[in-house]
Amino acid sequence: MRDFATLFNAIDQSTKTKVKVAALADYFANAPKPDRIWTIAMFSGRRPKRAVTTTRLREWAAERAGIPLWLFEECYPIVGDLSETIAHLLPPATRQIDKPLAEWINLVRGLGQMEEPQRKEIILDAWDQLENTERFLFNKLITGGFRVGISQKLMTRALARATERDEAEMAHRLMGNWDPATITWDDLIEAEDAGADASRPYPFYLAYALEDEPSDLGVPEDWHAEWKWDGIRGQLILRDGQHFVWSRGEELMTDRFPELARAMDFLPMGTVLDGEILAWGKGQPQNFNALQKRIGRKTVPKKLLQEAPVILYAYDLLEWQGQDLRQTEFAKRRLLLSNLCADLPDDAPVRLSPTIGFVDWESLAQIRQTARDAQAEGIMLKRMASLYLIGRKKGDWWKWKLDPLTIDAVMIYAQSGSGRRANLFTDFTFAVWKGNDLVPFTKAYSGLTDEEFRKITAWVKKNTLQRFGPVRQVTPEHVFEIAFEGIQASSRHKSGVALRFPRMSRWRHDKPVQEANTMDDLNEMLRLYG
Amino acid sequence: MAALTFTEEGIYCPAGDFHIDPWRPVERALITHGHADHARWGMGSYLSTNMAAPVIRHRLGDIALDTIAYGETRQIGGARVSFHPAGHVPGSAQIRVEVAGEIWVASGDYKVEDDGLSAPFEPIRCHHFITESTFGLPVFRWRPQSEVAAGINAWWKACAASGKTAFLGCYALGKAQRLLSLLDPNVGPILAHAAVENTNGVLRSQGIKLQDSLLANADLNPKDHPGAIVLAPPSALGSAWARKFGTQENAFASGWMQLRGIRRRRASDRGFVISDHADWRGLLDAIKATEAENIYVTHGYTDIFARYLNEQGWNAQVVPTEFGGEDAESEAA
Repeated sequence: MRDFATLFNAIDQSTKTKVKVAALADYFANAPKPDRIWTIAMFSGRRPKRAVTTTRLREWAAERAGIPLWLFEECYPIVGDLSETIAHLLPPATRQIDKPLAEWINLVRGLGQMEEPQRKEIILDAWDQLENTERFLFNKLITGGFRVGISQKLMTRALARATERDEAEMAHRLMGNWDPATITWDDLIEAEDAGADASRPYPFYLAYALEDEPSDLGVPEDWHAEWKWDGIRGQLILRDGQHFVWSRGEELMTDRFPELARAMDFLPMGTVLDGEILAWGKGQPQNFNALQKRIGRKTVPKKLLQEAPVILYAYDLLEWQGQDLRQTEFAKRRLLLSNLCADLPDDAPVRLSPTIGFVDWESLAQIRQTARDAQAEGIMLKRMASLYLIGRKKGDWWKWKLDPLTIDAVMIYAQSGSGRRANLFTDFTFAVWKGNDLVPFTKAYSGLTDEEFRKITAWVKKNTLQRFGPVRQVTPEHVFEIAFEGIQASSRHKSGVALRFPRMSRWRHDKPVQEANTMDDLNEMLRLYG
Repeated sequence: MAALTFTEEGIYCPAGDFHIDPWRPVERALITHGHADHARWGMGSYLSTNMAAPVIRHRLGDIALDTIAYGETRQIGGARVSFHPAGHVPGSAQIRVEVAGEIWVASGDYKVEDDGLSAPFEPIRCHHFITESTFGLPVFRWRPQSEVAAGINAWWKACAASGKTAFLGCYALGKAQRLLSLLDPNVGPILAHAAVENTNGVLRSQGIKLQDSLLANADLNPKDHPGAIVLAPPSALGSAWARKFGTQENAFASGWMQLRGIRRRRASDRGFVISDHADWRGLLDAIKATEAENIYVTHGYTDIFARYLNEQGWNAQVVPTEFGGEDAESEAA
């Protein structure tokens, strides 16, 4: 664990990418191989299953620290991280034993089979033999959620450097369905063929947001346009007589969308499609609300399958007849894809996301204005000659989203953030007027600068009316413009509406609280855009 | 009537008709130490320790300032007043006020660890103790100063070895001099930003022993001082002035660096956990040592700290003040 803690400190104590990558590359070249595998797993979000509830961890930590539980609970939102809170509160270790990372992980993995008193004993014992950083990391192993300021991209770069391999190939190797408990370093990193595993997806190519005018992109003939859908980006893989569905977050979702299994009836093996998983009804995509019912469900009851069936709206072909097409121009991939989809019957779970024809940028701008009617968020622009790259790259793929909807709302509750926003008030609840009352209708966390968060934090501290645990009710005084992508009726919210991607777009210093928008305004938006 | 009361202007002694560290203009102000949230401009007259006076004069200019030695007793109206070391910065004091046998201590800001520079904190027995709570949470636990010093010097050495200038961000009064006393001059040259060096000069001329540091102003050529460390206020890190020094690493020295979230928000390369305020244990030990039953909790995690004290059997209450220029987002602490 000590060399892993040293690696973590090196990464954590620098703001420079170069230093972080160098530290990681050094670790990947020298650490024991099982430790390397677990490090890759954790930095790419594959963690051992949580074996202890955080409730128990808090109780045990408070008990060992000799403080009342309420005091622990007060510290947690200020520190902004449970693992760190525990690490700071525990008394110093009484002995220090250095065991390899993989050994600690096996210990954590074994906790699941134990009775609670035994778990407690093992965890208290572990805390007692680790220094502060090691304790923090150990807690991260137990609780999961390993976000340490190293992106998968940087880790891939470090691995490529440590093994003297190509970065793109390394990115491909790390994709998919491998299990750190069973795979070896040699199989994952050194084996000859990166595509050996039938389920392994390709790394997704992501678009940048278009901020300037599209006319800056050049002539329209060089560009392909289609709707930007509001579903789940997914990859459908047909190989070896099986099918696999991956989300962009690299989650295997095959069982969640059983209707996609029928793709095997219509498409040949050796095919990989990139597209959007959407709820489909009445011959067209349904809004995100319909898909929402399916998200988070591991198995789907029959009734829901009928109510909200999904399809893959295909927009790219990554593999055809077993050949990787990513180095083929988009125009050719698209032609192959449309030929492939042309003969599909209406009940096939795969459809072709249609091309939007346009003669000039002005006419495309007008079409974009109708995106909401098409249940789309805007327009995607792809350069005809573009290859299928890895990750978010500027230049060839652009998302040209609709301007968001906005409403002016009053801040009524504040809560402190976590991570690098710990000890700052960053999470707010907003309300609109209904007569003389303020009705809360949304929360928002992002959109302000650090400086603005500092200002509002100082203000919240001085203007707290009441405290409910970590939440503070504040004087209704500040108006913020809330931007959002969509609005839906919702029976789960007191206001009767739910917003999509709400965030603070502006602090309206100019606006007195009485002039914030009303519930009637919100209902009118629901009528127009819901 | 209580010997000390809390008014809109600050802590007030009716028997002596004076205020302690007032935040609005009053006739007569007793000042615990020279930090900006405790020593403010506009008072009719000031009283501070003779050790704190030069810095207060340096900061506030031409003021009517009377001085007193640690431990010396003075009768002001119906109040007996004395100043005692608070260990916060050189010259900092707790102010003891006795009226008709009732003893109050206003401690200003304090720390209990001896930093080797300030007169060490002295527990004063009293009935009523006014305490800060800047770091009044059990997650704040300081390491011994010698350990922090070793960390800073090792970091500096590594910077020097890789040809980088080490910038150490710190508050100009107190923290900067404390850090200066911890630096190992064998590693390389020690430079100081003007704001720091001016304060160094004031303290040196009143007889406080500080090792040599070089003023890093516009005339200084960074190339002449390879492997240097620069003590500078945090606002100067990354400025045009700092960029003259070529490749560099930035560190920040503060109790807040204990929290990873705050350290990352600062976007410093390194954070060293060192504070001139008491940590959780320090606060509790200091309170215990006063043997006071009534505790008044000012600036910091007031609600939480007071609740804990009440649970532990003290009679504690929160007192709103305008102290605390030293929360997580400011430069001090």
